[in-house]
Amino acid sequence: MNETPSKPDVSLAALKAGDRAAFAELVQRHYELIYRLAIKMLGNPQDAEDVLQETFIKAFKHIKDFDGRSSLSTWLYRIATNEALMFLRRRTPQTFSLDETMQGEDREIEPLQITDWCCLPEQELMSEEAQQYLDHAIAKLPVGLRLVFVLRDIQGLSTRETGEVLDLTDTAVKTRLSRARMQLRNELSVYFQERMTKGEEA
Amino acid sequence: MDNHNCRELLGTLSDYIDGALEAELCAQLEQHLASCENCRVVVDTLHKTVSLYQTTATKSSVPQGVRERLFSRLELEEFLKK
Repeated sequence: MNETPSKPDVSLAALKAGDRAAFAELVQRHYELIYRLAIKMLGNPQDAEDVLQETFIKAFKHIKDFDGRSSLSTWLYRIATNEALMFLRRRTPQTFSLDETMQGEDREIEPLQITDWCCLPEQELMSEEAQQYLDHAIAKLPVGLRLVFVLRDIQGLSTRETGEVLDLTDTAVKTRLSRARMQLRNELSVYFQERMTKGEEA
Repeated sequence: MDNHNCRELLGTLSDYIDGALEAELCAQLEQHLASCENCRVVVDTLHKTVSLYQTTATKSSVPQGVRERLFSRLELEEFLKK
């Protein structure tokens, strides 16, 4: 995953023995990735910070039960993902059900907008406003698609690692990723087409 | 996206931009792309979408104070190093 390859993982034996220095090292190595996962899933800095803290509190509490079958980072991602889902459920209990994580599994997302906006200048593509629109587009994804997209394309996990975190097969990860990307492409195409039209008018 | 071929190939585009599409399907798709401008635009903008998110992800940083509050909440302040 996104750890420095030269650094060995924090000693599991030390963590299980309650070594606080080892735990501090674990936190130091992973807190940025966990925060990024949380902010992309929840879109709100305060909630993301709460998820970050809860993730490591739970990790500390349950490290004794960790069986070492996955890497420590996959295990942390699992905890963080569950925490983020709990936040989302609390936020919209009337609309959020377990089934929602399956949403988007059975429909193909068609490209609605066929505009080539790749030629827009970098400053337009990377502007503050564009960044906000990118975040807005992620927030509109169904939760199940958002999770896969954030883990694969934002966090840089492999298909197999993403499947391990979410208990999904490789095929399911790929299908969801494809739909998430296509939906985001559609959203961004609407936004950037407007930018192109404005550019032509100016 | 009216063409039957375009619809058939829609599900392969994500694997294609990852370079993970199996050889036979890849050849089939590239043959189609050579003659279908619409699908080429979809592939290019799909690729750009993913790369924009990847670029902005590496630029985003954790707000100030988050790390300190985390270490404090975990009662690990003594290990806070700048």
